Amino acid sequence: MTDHITLRRGVYHDSVTLLRISRAVADTPGVTAAQVAMATPLNVELAVQQGFSVPPAGPDDLLVAVRGDDDAVRAGLAALQDALAAADRASVGARGVGATPAPRTVRAATREAPDAAIVLLSVPGAAVTGEAMDAIAAGRHVMIFSDNVPLSDEIALKDAGARAGVLVMGPDCGTAVIGGVGLGFANVLRAPGSGGTAVGLVAASGTGAQQLSSLLDEAGVAVSHVLGVGGRDLSREVGGRSTLAALALLDADPATGHVVVLSKPPHPAVADTVRAAARSARTPVSTVLLGEGGDLTTAAEQVCAAVGVSVPDWPRWIPDGAPTPGSVRGVLRGLFAGGTLADEAMLVTGPVLGDIRSNIPLRPALALPVGAGAGRVPDLAGLGHVVLDLGDDAFTAGRPHPMIDPSVRLGQIAAAGADPAVGVLLVDVVLGHGADPDPAGSLAPALRTAVTARDATHPLTVVVSLCGTGGDPQDRGAQASALLEAGAAVFVSNAEAARYAAGLLAAPTPAGTPSEAP
Amino acid sequence: MTSPRDLLSPGPSVITAGIDLLAQALRDQAVEVTAVDFRPPTVDPDDLAGGAGDADAVLAALATVLADPRRAAATAEAARRMTAVRAQLVDVLPAGQALGLRPGEFLHAGPPITWARASGPMRGALIGAMLLEGLAGDADEAEAKLAAGEGISLSPCHDHHTVGPMAGVVSPSMWVFRLVDPESGAEAYCSLNEGLGKVLRYGAYAPEVIERLRWMSRVLGPALAAAVRTTGPVDITAIVGQMVQMGDEGHNRNRAGTLMFLRQILPGLVTSGLLADDIAEIAAFLGANDHFFLNLVMPCGKLMGDAAAGVPGATVVTAMCRNGTDFGIRVSGTGDRWFTGPARYPQGLFLAGFGPDDANPDIGDSAITETMGIGGMVMAGAPAIVRLVGGSVPDALATTARMYEITETENPAFALPILEFRGSPTGIDVTRVLRTGILPQINTGMAGRVAGTGQVGAGLVTPPMQCFTAAVLALAELVPPVPGTPGA
Repeated sequence: MTDHITLRRGVYHDSVTLLRISRAVADTPGVTAAQVAMATPLNVELAVQQGFSVPPAGPDDLLVAVRGDDDAVRAGLAALQDALAAADRASVGARGVGATPAPRTVRAATREAPDAAIVLLSVPGAAVTGEAMDAIAAGRHVMIFSDNVPLSDEIALKDAGARAGVLVMGPDCGTAVIGGVGLGFANVLRAPGSGGTAVGLVAASGTGAQQLSSLLDEAGVAVSHVLGVGGRDLSREVGGRSTLAALALLDADPATGHVVVLSKPPHPAVADTVRAAARSARTPVSTVLLGEGGDLTTAAEQVCAAVGVSVPDWPRWIPDGAPTPGSVRGVLRGLFAGGTLADEAMLVTGPVLGDIRSNIPLRPALALPVGAGAGRVPDLAGLGHVVLDLGDDAFTAGRPHPMIDPSVRLGQIAAAGADPAVGVLLVDVVLGHGADPDPAGSLAPALRTAVTARDATHPLTVVVSLCGTGGDPQDRGAQASALLEAGAAVFVSNAEAARYAAGLLAAPTPAGTPSEAP
Repeated sequence: MTSPRDLLSPGPSVITAGIDLLAQALRDQAVEVTAVDFRPPTVDPDDLAGGAGDADAVLAALATVLADPRRAAATAEAARRMTAVRAQLVDVLPAGQALGLRPGEFLHAGPPITWARASGPMRGALIGAMLLEGLAGDADEAEAKLAAGEGISLSPCHDHHTVGPMAGVVSPSMWVFRLVDPESGAEAYCSLNEGLGKVLRYGAYAPEVIERLRWMSRVLGPALAAAVRTTGPVDITAIVGQMVQMGDEGHNRNRAGTLMFLRQILPGLVTSGLLADDIAEIAAFLGANDHFFLNLVMPCGKLMGDAAAGVPGATVVTAMCRNGTDFGIRVSGTGDRWFTGPARYPQGLFLAGFGPDDANPDIGDSAITETMGIGGMVMAGAPAIVRLVGGSVPDALATTARMYEITETENPAFALPILEFRGSPTGIDVTRVLRTGILPQINTGMAGRVAGTGQVGAGLVTPPMQCFTAAVLALAELVPPVPGTPGA
């Protein structure tokens, strides 16, 4: 038998708490007597009555007395530590009686939601660092939807995330799907585990990830997770910090049998690092680089082949009496909500139609003239083939993204309807969580008005890229029908939609007929 | 750092801040959402000190400080040091002996001040101290000598490990408590509390004020010294922990603390060999003065603030104080630098016969109690004073809930029963103040504007935001550049 006696200074707990702690120590197997109490004369006397010899002590000292064999005393003291820690911890985040204010910072929210693994931030970019640092400090993964975050802050956040072992998705990360939960703009995907190899996506681009995951879902390929990393992650400065971390997470995930890394062309040195990481991964990894040949639909087909799934006919809805290829005169006007979809449309149609001007041009020479893209409804008349990314900062400053607020695009559709030089109008519709609950509700009437505004000599043909799955809350079939009724040809593959649009315009102008196109 | 949650099986709950549509999209998927009531930081042009840059510069500096890779660990360390302090009262002695003050040397509350800029109560207290020290025969003579400045020196208490309530004037013949942290050996000092009404710290200097001070130096100080030497060190941190549980917030209410202190030293007083009449007078003086223990809470806070000072990259406030003209703060990562702004007028209740026009701007080192994590920070635990400062019990709970948003840590030594024994919000973080716009809540007394008046009321006040914006700008300048980034 050993008597362990210590006095601890500067530790104060109320007598009720200490009674509970004392009992936890006394209940430890092998402990035959124990007392944990403030060393008031009464408590000292009680300890002495139990046979402990207590050194001189004052009421501000915490008296710890434990009796048992050596192992039991050790176990009893461990129980004491646990109980003291639990007493300190029990109260963290407590709010007391009555209504208390909602958390004002992410840190306060992490105390209220100790089990939340993910923090989704869409506060203004200049203010995001503090909230993201709160999340990282609390061991939570962060998805930063916000844009306009300084590059140095992005690096600091990703380094802090790496130190804490959490993934920083973004900034400017529009889409993620984790464990079946869509964050930001995300489509409803079939659950993994229903047979076949599930594919995990690491994606720099939001609508690119939505297009690829939707096509895979259409083909019957389960998507385990979509992890966004933000458009700058594969730049020289950021160096793929989040891409590498996301790749490692998916590599270690038992639910993921194949990984796809989807990005715009990375910095060459960073690309080498990512390729090396892909090679050393246990899970097979495909890399899809936008803008370097191929398109998202081809990429989806390659992934299907890699996981042994046959490629379906991608759904399309063509109206009766649609014009034949090469029969439409005029220019292409692309009005996109998705930046990557706009990019892809230019990459597909450019080789067929020639130069395409844009606010996100493929080459600087193709940028819109100064002033043309600045207004709420930029004047595009006489500019030839134009594809706009209406989700670009110039159009979203101070107003919601066109995937939520269609008004900027509706103005552009009306302008295209009024411009007889426009032969084909190509628009995207992005479905899923976060997007407009009924995009066709406003778009179809606007498209119909634009089409019917034309006379027989200057018809307007509308092509829609409908990015979404059968599970999306907007009901993809109903959306397609409404757009079809408005006279649009509808494709779930953005590349097919672009190819179809370019094909309508592609034939050379018949001799003797003056071109409407400038 | 907390261990990371599993990302790929995230469970049913997500925290969101920002666009409600994205939170709604999660709720639509049957995900439980904890939404942050986020408000973007705003910098009022009025909160920028002269030449301190514009609002964008402040927000950029804030981002720089937040991205400082040293910040999280440094701030946690500063707060840890603050809460690790165990203040012991070890002695009571004259300020001349304890602090090496010579005749004509005066300490005062708040950041540095000159006679020319000193407010009424500060001037009144200095006049009283001149009279006490025998350096002037009357108030006019004292004022003339102070204005001339010959043989007179003023310096902040804070520069001498000392804190003083209200005007905080300390002169050589006043007695001071000496507190130490046995772990570090650090020391802190504070004068003895004079009671309420017409008292020097509120700027009164009438003959009865000077006579009470003389009694304190002649009888009270030596008696307390004898008692403390008999009983041995008094654990002030332990008493603060208990008083907070008994409904004192340690700034405007010190009733339980005072009685616990009296209980502890009474045996030593009785056996000190003093005359029974003196002991009775001392016991009556302490028992009738609910604020006596404030002057022991404050040096306890000073030890805590000093312990947290000087950690590079740490954003914790180590001192908040006012001299009746300026409010000043110090921050761990910037050492002894003061960041100041104009002191505000407290809002609260007035003693009979006084009104808002009679009040002086905020004054005193007693905001060290909020700096250490009690006072206004623990309003939730002090429902008895809530009505004095014009609020309801739910207001008090909400106040403390807000304070947790701007503090780095929770101090289990000062636990709040009403919040399930949650520790007090401790370690005000200047970055959190700027991010949220929430200013530290300070409970305070109100001094009369005119020298010689004394106390006119008590209430609530907050520091000017300018102190915090200036501190963040200064902290940003000290952040080392990140290797490999543009501009590094």
